[in-house]
Amino acid sequence: MPKAKVTFEDIGVSVTVPAGTRLIEVSEKVGAGITYGCREGECCTCLTKIISGGENLAPPSVLEDQVLKDNMAPRGHRLACQAQILSGDIVVKPA
Amino acid sequence: MVAAGLTKDAVEIAPGVHWVGALDPHLRSFDIILKTANGTSYNAYVVRGEHGVAIIDTVKENFADDFFRRLESVARYDEITTIVLNHLEPDHSGALPELLKRAPQAKVYLSSRAQMMLKALLKPSGEKPPEYIPVTTDDEVDLGGRTLRFLHTPYLHWPDTQCTYLVEDGLLFTGDIFGCHFCDARLFNDRVGDFRFSFEYYYAHIMRPFREYVLDAVALIEPLDLNLIAPAHGPILRHQPRDYVHRYRELATPRLFNEARSEKTLVVFYISAYGNTRRMAEALAAGAETIGGVRVSLYDLEGGESGIFTDLIEEADGLAFGSPTINADAVKPIWDVLSSLTTVNVKGKLGAAFGSYGWSGEAVRLIEDRLRGLKLRVPVDGLRIKLVPDSGELEQCRLLGEQLARHLTGQVEHREIDFSQLQASTA
Repeated sequence: MPKAKVTFEDIGVSVTVPAGTRLIEVSEKVGAGITYGCREGECCTCLTKIISGGENLAPPSVLEDQVLKDNMAPRGHRLACQAQILSGDIVVKPA
Repeated sequence: MVAAGLTKDAVEIAPGVHWVGALDPHLRSFDIILKTANGTSYNAYVVRGEHGVAIIDTVKENFADDFFRRLESVARYDEITTIVLNHLEPDHSGALPELLKRAPQAKVYLSSRAQMMLKALLKPSGEKPPEYIPVTTDDEVDLGGRTLRFLHTPYLHWPDTQCTYLVEDGLLFTGDIFGCHFCDARLFNDRVGDFRFSFEYYYAHIMRPFREYVLDAVALIEPLDLNLIAPAHGPILRHQPRDYVHRYRELATPRLFNEARSEKTLVVFYISAYGNTRRMAEALAAGAETIGGVRVSLYDLEGGESGIFTDLIEEADGLAFGSPTINADAVKPIWDVLSSLTTVNVKGKLGAAFGSYGWSGEAVRLIEDRLRGLKLRVPVDGLRIKLVPDSGELEQCRLLGEQLARHLTGQVEHREIDFSQLQASTA
């Protein structure tokens, strides 16, 4: 199965994950500082700064895109409960 | 409630500005969590300009008749050009669907984050949402000779909250900010009964979890010329309104100087039946103390009350909870503390759990789950030790303390792990 590597900058941990894993699945288990509310892409609590490798995440869904706009999220930010890791290296930290 | 002096009509609070709210004197608890010993009020306002009329907020749905009767005493529906929603919680938006039917030409002004809430509120009516305009700080609406200027004051106490300033008159409509649950028909702060307790009680339960946002809002409000503050609950503050702004600043600022402010603080709470979890707590604290830049405090939950601990938790950077396992659970004093944190902001703090056990040892994992639920980060696996910790196990406790301290001070060495390891550790 293709792998990818996601690094949580705030806690200094890199995790090798199977392609298709969502950020939420990793960040909670590893104890990163990204916090969650609804877990369904509505509340924007899990807004996450993508420091590098944003192109290695699946593009945001229509719902995620709308929530990011409604909450005036800066460029390069994603919802960790929605963002799916596809390949390569990604570095993230809490927004 | 004191009912003297209130008519069924609107009440003028400034020339061309009227209160059109409703009184709810028999309410005894609000949102389940707040006691309301003499009820509450739902304040809504009408502002008349040369070109149109603005409605600022509405009331709870079952008080809509009072609202519309008072509104009709000072304005016609076809005059309404503007509806401002400072906060969309149902006690302020309950009459909105009906108002939109009666004044369909009105444009709705709300914060950006209120847009999705507006759609959700109007869902049951099946009506198409009205024309709405998201606004932020310094956006303005001209009513003709009168200007409404918006202030972006989010999270007080919902993401959508904002304030609206009537520029020429120095009037500030603040939604729930500076509000309180206090029902008195005399309406104005210089005429009603003593509501100071209600003001502070409301702050403590509604605003305190968002104190950083309170300070941001106060910084926006302090430079304004203020003749009157018109909140969405409780007395209208026309006498010395600035005192209430000042009080919010005081309430949102830690009371005593924090001597450990230059360091990171770790508070270790424990409770222990036979002294085993206590020994773990002491070793953990000793380990954390060896890392520079961390100030550790150690508290036995058996010797305090959850209110005091709440204050400590609000100020701490990191929290470790130690509990034995009794009948497959952490013990009640732990849950008492962990269920009393809705009034403070713990999001993003460092959390950890540990404890001695005799049989199955579920407490540590349960506490970790609760800490994650409270939005703490839990980067280090908790420590479970069967019965009496030996010297090697106490060394593990010291190492856990060191690890927590390193996380607090950003001294963690980079680690590379595989996802399968994470799944194994949480299985």
